[in-house]
Amino acid sequence: MRRRRFLQISGAGVAAVALPLRAQQLLPAHDLQPLIRGIAGAAEPMPGRIRIVLPQLAENGNSVPLEIRVDSPMTATDHVRSVHVFAERNPRPLVASFRFGPDAGRTQLTTRIRLAGSQRVVALAVLSDGSCWTDGAEVVVTSAACLDEMSL
Amino acid sequence: MSAGRLRVPARARRGEVIEIRLLLEHPMENGFRRDTLGRAVPKNIINTLVARYDGREILRAEFGTGIAANPYLAFFTRATASGEVVVSWVDDAGLAGEVRAPIEVG
Repeated sequence: MRRRRFLQISGAGVAAVALPLRAQQLLPAHDLQPLIRGIAGAAEPMPGRIRIVLPQLAENGNSVPLEIRVDSPMTATDHVRSVHVFAERNPRPLVASFRFGPDAGRTQLTTRIRLAGSQRVVALAVLSDGSCWTDGAEVVVTSAACLDEMSL
Repeated sequence: MSAGRLRVPARARRGEVIEIRLLLEHPMENGFRRDTLGRAVPKNIINTLVARYDGREILRAEFGTGIAANPYLAFFTRATASGEVVVSWVDDAGLAGEVRAPIEVG
């Protein structure tokens, strides 16, 4: 009897602790495919040539450092046209688009993004020959951005 | 309201790839926040940013609400000629800003 009572109380405790974690996952993941297809067109995005670097664990979703590198000679005939960043669990999944001139020299950029909870962040590069390259990274976010006020 | 700091190397060798760093002051209101009285704060973000070097466009960025407040951006370009790096931007309220920095190429 006492044991049963203990289990009931501790069970409630576990549920209470688990609740904030669940609250972070209120927003279902967007399907990125239509967005990616809208940018890539008929080209099938392939892995390689682009690399996305994010911390595996971000304490604060309001500002997560992001680095993107694309392997390209950056000449007039062979260069990166654009790079796009998607966060599938953000209320607006298209985070940013960057268009490069052929004189960029090196396609590498660093910025800071908002993440509304733990999710996969995807980068897409469109090259001057029309080919598309993609990479993704999973980020665990301890304290989410954007949705905190909405979910209250 | 929206100011920025731009850092480029003062001097560079011709053909050298140089880093350009930019830090803007902007709340990047995503439109999901409420103020202390419970009123929705309207979305206002820097939506477009253009970097030019010696008159040519080297980077054009279209930001969404997923870019953090006080946007930071670091990118690269090839030093081709002495000239000015000019970065300009505009937010949803129509407010524009611009920062410039000279670069000497020898």
